[in-house]
Amino acid sequence: MFFKQRASEKLGDELLQGNMRKAKGKFVDGRAKAVAEFGVWEEVRAHAAKVRDRALANLDAYLVEFEANATRRGAVVHWAETAEEACAIVAGIARDNGVRKAAKSKSMVSEEVNLNEALEAAGVEVIETDLGEYILQLAHEPPSHIVAPAVHKSKEQVAELFVKAHGKPRLTEIPAMTREAREALRGHFLSADMGISGSNFVIAETGTTLTVTNEGNADMVTTLPRIHVVITGIEKVIGTLEDFATLIRLLPRSAIGQTVTNYLTLTTGPKMPDEADGPEQMHIVLVDAGRTKLLGGPMQEMLRCIRCGACMNHCPVYQNVGGHAYGWVYPGPMGSILTPVYVGLENAGDLPNAATFCGECAVACPVKIPLPDLMRKLREQQFDRKLRPWPERMAIAAWGFAATRPALYAFLSRVGARVAAWMGGSDGLIHRLPGLDGWTKGRDMPAPQGRTFRELYALRQGNRR
Amino acid sequence: MKVGLFVTCLVDLSRPGIGFAALKLLEGAGCEVVVPATQTCCGQPGYNSGGREVAKALARKVLAEFRDCDYVVAPSGSCSGQMKVATVHDLFKGEPEQADFERLAARWYELSQFLVEVLKVERVPGRFAGTVTYHDSCSGLRELGVKMQPRYLLGMAGARIAEMEGAERCCGFGGTFSIKLGDISTRMCENKCESIRAAGADAVVGGDLGCLLNIEGRLRRTGDTRTKVLHFAQVIAGEG
Repeated sequence: MFFKQRASEKLGDELLQGNMRKAKGKFVDGRAKAVAEFGVWEEVRAHAAKVRDRALANLDAYLVEFEANATRRGAVVHWAETAEEACAIVAGIARDNGVRKAAKSKSMVSEEVNLNEALEAAGVEVIETDLGEYILQLAHEPPSHIVAPAVHKSKEQVAELFVKAHGKPRLTEIPAMTREAREALRGHFLSADMGISGSNFVIAETGTTLTVTNEGNADMVTTLPRIHVVITGIEKVIGTLEDFATLIRLLPRSAIGQTVTNYLTLTTGPKMPDEADGPEQMHIVLVDAGRTKLLGGPMQEMLRCIRCGACMNHCPVYQNVGGHAYGWVYPGPMGSILTPVYVGLENAGDLPNAATFCGECAVACPVKIPLPDLMRKLREQQFDRKLRPWPERMAIAAWGFAATRPALYAFLSRVGARVAAWMGGSDGLIHRLPGLDGWTKGRDMPAPQGRTFRELYALRQGNRR
Repeated sequence: MKVGLFVTCLVDLSRPGIGFAALKLLEGAGCEVVVPATQTCCGQPGYNSGGREVAKALARKVLAEFRDCDYVVAPSGSCSGQMKVATVHDLFKGEPEQADFERLAARWYELSQFLVEVLKVERVPGRFAGTVTYHDSCSGLRELGVKMQPRYLLGMAGARIAEMEGAERCCGFGGTFSIKLGDISTRMCENKCESIRAAGADAVVGGDLGCLLNIEGRLRRTGDTRTKVLHFAQVIAGEG
């Protein structure tokens, strides 16, 4: 099933529609307020785009520098060219160390490579500890948003899941539900052999990985279990702590309008001999899984992405259909680019077309990714590779043929205006138009009025003479 | 001052009155207006469907047709964005013709911007004794900065403006998007119509015919035959 069908289903899902409506204002208004208060948003945004471009231009050097510094601090750096390799590496670490339970904080890369499935196949129990991810693990659903994974669920739906999972009386208030989840999770933090986290950035000059969270679960995951595994994409590397200082000013503000998140956890290596706390081993899995294909090509700007979610929060298409309609881990405008690029344009045909090019995402993006332009480039690839349905290709070809031939165009529009005016009848509205039912299913087509501007203008000029 | 009027394909086919309203405003302000008879389309439908070459061919055609005009004016932010932004920053970027399109872009204006910023009009022929709510079309707003100009002109015509919630939110038209992904497009348009209804104006006014046809189509389908849907040129020219 493709985006178009899934989206139509989601539009009919009244519960989802209500949940999405509630969430929309929170993200958009929150960001707008934080940006207004910031004062020098555009300046820092321009600098952040440069920071990300510099990181991508020096990706090879920064990654090697990161590996050297992380290794010096006692971490083991692993390189995964594919999703399968990434899973095999983590499963291998689990097997070598007799791991039976892994506690995870939020990681979209782990979703991307299907890590949970791989670990469960290797006999490891996996517990999601981010509240949203925990809810979705209970519901057996994928995230629908990269920052707020369970944004599509209502409080009542979550209460229902908790009754089933925890066997306790139904709760009605969010703080009580959060407390119940904390209680359920606490034991897992203590009994897990392995903690798995993502990393919002990795810093070359220090060999540091880091998480930006609001729940504190990442701190538990990165410090309590005896093995800490970080899984992240190679494009997350940045040069310096100074670069991080720039990006962290934009990330939480763009995501949910926070000036800073509750927790900002920088991790450099495992427990040292003179330290009391921390994991015995730290492994960092750097995943390519298609990212290098974008380097040096027309889609490279997409690799600037810092996963804030602002593009989807501001996208009127996402706001109406939710993240699951997009069919893979990354929804919204960034997903409409990443999914075709990572899983193949032929498998994600509708996604580059799932936008009106209203431009809200490009305005909201903190690292100035020209998202509509990149979607248009994918449409060009589809056009060149003849991946769109033939009626659409024919229509574009016919339109192009006519529009470049003024006499033919004038004749066709003259006929078209008359026929359509006749179809419009007395109220001037076309209620059904064969071939254009995408429009007329839910809207009338206001009909042309019988004569084109060019005809009427020629008449006027004739009369004047 | 010789001003070329780029009518736009939608106005030519569907609402010639908007073209004549623009003509009246420009001539009324003392411009010598020419309307090249061979003009068809700016090429945006092809451009946004991945047909880059046909978009370039049409852009070149427009360039040639308006070569000897001091200014080119279009009653559309969307077509103006295509000719002012897409040509220079994408279609002909780094090519020998880029400079030609930069010169065209500098002379090209969306109608409300031309009236306010170049002609600096202080009165308009139209009178509108009622309330209007203004829909900001995406390209005009975000690519060109069209925001206060049409409101200023509507004020000159005596219209009271009742701002709708989410005036800057897309109406769901998106050119071929409205047909390719009709269900989503319709829902976005319904959201827009909800805001319009809540604003309680006599007319919803905008600067791009695509959005206006979309909005009018949804309003009429949902039984609203009262709210007028007008281009600002019609209102301020007194032809609404």
